Amino acid sequence: MVVKIIMVVLYLGVVGYLGFLGYRNTKTTKDYLIGGRKIHPAIMALSYGATFISTSAIVGFGGTAGVFGFSLLWLTFLNIFLGVFIAFVVFGKRTRKMGHNIEAHTFPEFLGKRYNSKFIQKFAGIVIFLFMPVYTSAVMIGASKFIEGSLNIDYNIALFVFAIIVSAYVFFGGLKGVMYSDAFQGTIMFVGMSILIVAIYSKLGGVAAAHQKLTDLFTNPAIAEQIAGMQTKGFMGWTAMPKLFSNYWWTVVSSIVMGVGIGVLAQPQLAVRFMTVKSDREINRAIPIGGIFILMMTGVAFIVGALSNVMFFEAEGKIAVAAAGGTDGIIPLVLNNFMPEWFVSIFLVVLLAAGMSTISSQLHAIGTAVGRDLFNTEGKDDKKGMLISRLGVLVAIVVTIFLSYWLPTVWNDAIAISTGLFFGLCGAAFLPMYFGALFSKKISKVAAISGMISGFTVSMLWMMFFHTKESSVLKISELIFGKVTIVEGMINVVDPIVISLTASILVTIIVAAATKHKYDQKHIDTCFKGIGK
Amino acid sequence: MLGIPDVSIFLAYALCVGSALLCLIYGIVMWNKGGEIEEEIRWQEKENVIEEKL
Repeated sequence: MVVKIIMVVLYLGVVGYLGFLGYRNTKTTKDYLIGGRKIHPAIMALSYGATFISTSAIVGFGGTAGVFGFSLLWLTFLNIFLGVFIAFVVFGKRTRKMGHNIEAHTFPEFLGKRYNSKFIQKFAGIVIFLFMPVYTSAVMIGASKFIEGSLNIDYNIALFVFAIIVSAYVFFGGLKGVMYSDAFQGTIMFVGMSILIVAIYSKLGGVAAAHQKLTDLFTNPAIAEQIAGMQTKGFMGWTAMPKLFSNYWWTVVSSIVMGVGIGVLAQPQLAVRFMTVKSDREINRAIPIGGIFILMMTGVAFIVGALSNVMFFEAEGKIAVAAAGGTDGIIPLVLNNFMPEWFVSIFLVVLLAAGMSTISSQLHAIGTAVGRDLFNTEGKDDKKGMLISRLGVLVAIVVTIFLSYWLPTVWNDAIAISTGLFFGLCGAAFLPMYFGALFSKKISKVAAISGMISGFTVSMLWMMFFHTKESSVLKISELIFGKVTIVEGMINVVDPIVISLTASILVTIIVAAATKHKYDQKHIDTCFKGIGK
Repeated sequence: MLGIPDVSIFLAYALCVGSALLCLIYGIVMWNKGGEIEEEIRWQEKENVIEEKL
């Protein structure tokens, strides 16, 4: 316990210093909002990755891999290929250049200025302000519960201390404070996950031997009873895809792989990272760090989660989900049962870092949505601009801390759906027009707004009336129709993003074809200056 | 292959490692590719507008 406390205090000391460093280097509104456009590529890449990967990505999704096995590696592939390679090469470079051309400092401002629409900027700002705090508080609650369990501190005290520390360096340090500490936190996460994967593969006799044991476990008669229920839903083993179009198949392919894998491209807190570097060269140099980092995060979490079945079976004769009493307990139990005490202390800091790096970026994104997009700071001098931005961050902090205390007592189920809900909404509402903004000069303001509204609306309707995971929590369908979903069947496990993103893309294309844009040539020239050459 | 009999799962495993390698190779190949006054002018203009307003 003493070792754990010393490590946490040391870690918090470094984070505090980096936050102070960010504060000292923040002189202008541009510094506060986008790091002055002069962030080092390694810091940018690690910050992007650490923001992307939260505690729930490691513990929650790692535990989920204990049930769905290696099929979740398709999500890791999408995370690396779409979430890093395509995001940086295809979206990132144009976002950086266009963001500079039109002097955008936030993701909503980028979309609003590109389409010459205050409505788009305000709407995107409102979506972030209304839906992101619940997602942020879900990460904060998860991290606080983890601290409570690991350090035997009362949950309320853990939450308060955790929130105050993160809030301080976001409020004072701005995006520089956030990104400096993100880079440090990302480094800790990388080291911790590297040790974990080497240890687990070594323990099971090497890569191929470990996989073979997991493959053989499925046909072992000793677990036949434990997996009988899973097999009725399409489970075919931890090293095989679930049965085509079964309940498990739809869950893996639509909710986990597509829901999280595609939605990431239009995350405001990630897209803004591209605007923090000064040239395409920095983006090129950030790509290797980002790709390898994500492989070591989700790849390791999913492999360890799946392989834990072999370890629990060899130790207790049980599969992972039975031994841990649920998916959320799998990764913590693997650490406590199969890893040395010194590593458990290190991993406590890894999970703290994962939580803090995500929360700090979320708070910054919410704060700037309030300060920059809803209460316009453009044209204000730097002193006033920074003050309004900081007040926006303060609002974000207060709302998030309030939700973190309030949600578990009145609406605990909302915590579980908040991440998917926000990812889905952002993907459906923003992705088509974000792509159009970067690659087409012909999409009209009306088409962009129509696509955004239809994506948002279809996403919300699907969550309220069709997708059981959200509708059972939101209870609107129950209130109106007296049942959890208005239609029953396999449709209930089809993720909202599959339907809403399709609708949003179609509406954007159809309206763009039917309407003519009214931008003058000067606006188009300004937006696309230096792009595509 | 590598103890994974299902082709689609082996493919996912290989693509994870492959896409990370793609990122690495791209970064190395493009390391020095893709190598201010306008911004300075715009900033000055803004400052002037603010001063005039004051």
